[in-house]
Amino acid sequence: MNLNEFLNMGGYAFYVWTSYGITLLVLLANVIGPARLRRKLLVDIARAARRARKAA
Amino acid sequence: MFNNFFHKMASPKYFYRISGQLLPWLAVAFVLAAVAGLYYGLVVAPPDYQQGDSYRIMFVHVPAAWMSLFIYIVMAGAGAIGLVWRIKLAEVVSISSATVGASFTFLALVTGSIWGKPMWGTWWVWDARLTSELILLFLYLGIIALHNAIDDKRTAARATAILAIVGVINIPIIHYSVEWWNTLHQGPTVTKFDAPSIHISMLIPLLLMALAFKLYYALVVLMRARCEVLERERHTGWVKQLAESQ
Repeated sequence: MNLNEFLNMGGYAFYVWTSYGITLLVLLANVIGPARLRRKLLVDIARAARRARKAA
Repeated sequence: MFNNFFHKMASPKYFYRISGQLLPWLAVAFVLAAVAGLYYGLVVAPPDYQQGDSYRIMFVHVPAAWMSLFIYIVMAGAGAIGLVWRIKLAEVVSISSATVGASFTFLALVTGSIWGKPMWGTWWVWDARLTSELILLFLYLGIIALHNAIDDKRTAARATAILAIVGVINIPIIHYSVEWWNTLHQGPTVTKFDAPSIHISMLIPLLLMALAFKLYYALVVLMRARCEVLERERHTGWVKQLAESQ
């Protein structure tokens, strides 16, 4: 089997690769979301803690 | 000893530390299972004698649909445990499952639609399987919206748990819909009582992808649960200390 045959998926290339592409995007988004949220939370919490110390 | 383990795991600080150590291993295991599943599914497995290569959508569609049900049961179960025993970590796991569960439901619907177009000649029909799965997506979205609408985390957890438990009625309806009603959607091929009517060369990638998605869910639910723990515990000493040491 050569690469062109593989990519062509027996004529169903659009359907097969769209399905796998959307799946990849959704799975990536679900990992990137919480990873960024965690970093943001840690920055926010550290800033609030410093501010509270200064006020005291 | 086991009692001690569960007692410690229920402490947010301990959970945060252990889950952080677990994440890279889950990520590696997920990638290995997914690469193997994709290789066997897209390269090794032969084309289907009726559907040609279009059937390869099955290797993401079916595991995604399984996960949409599995995650819902975990979410409702953890919600019930949180409701009855007031275990904070159960509440956290329950709500952390909602987004990833909704994502898998969305994927099951979208990949099914993309598969339906060349095989059934239509993107969508209102048959029992498709409609009940769409209701599952709305249940997930309702649970996320309800949780976001309530500021107090513990009240939000209780409200979403009740909604999740009520929605469990939809799970057997989805599962048995292809038997109870005449559906365009085909019946089960793997989970029937006699031997699965699927060739081993197609069963292997299917099970590998199912394993990969399970590992992925464990990875994402832990990542989300860690954020939820940080938010809930943001006024405690250990979280402030952790944040300032980063």
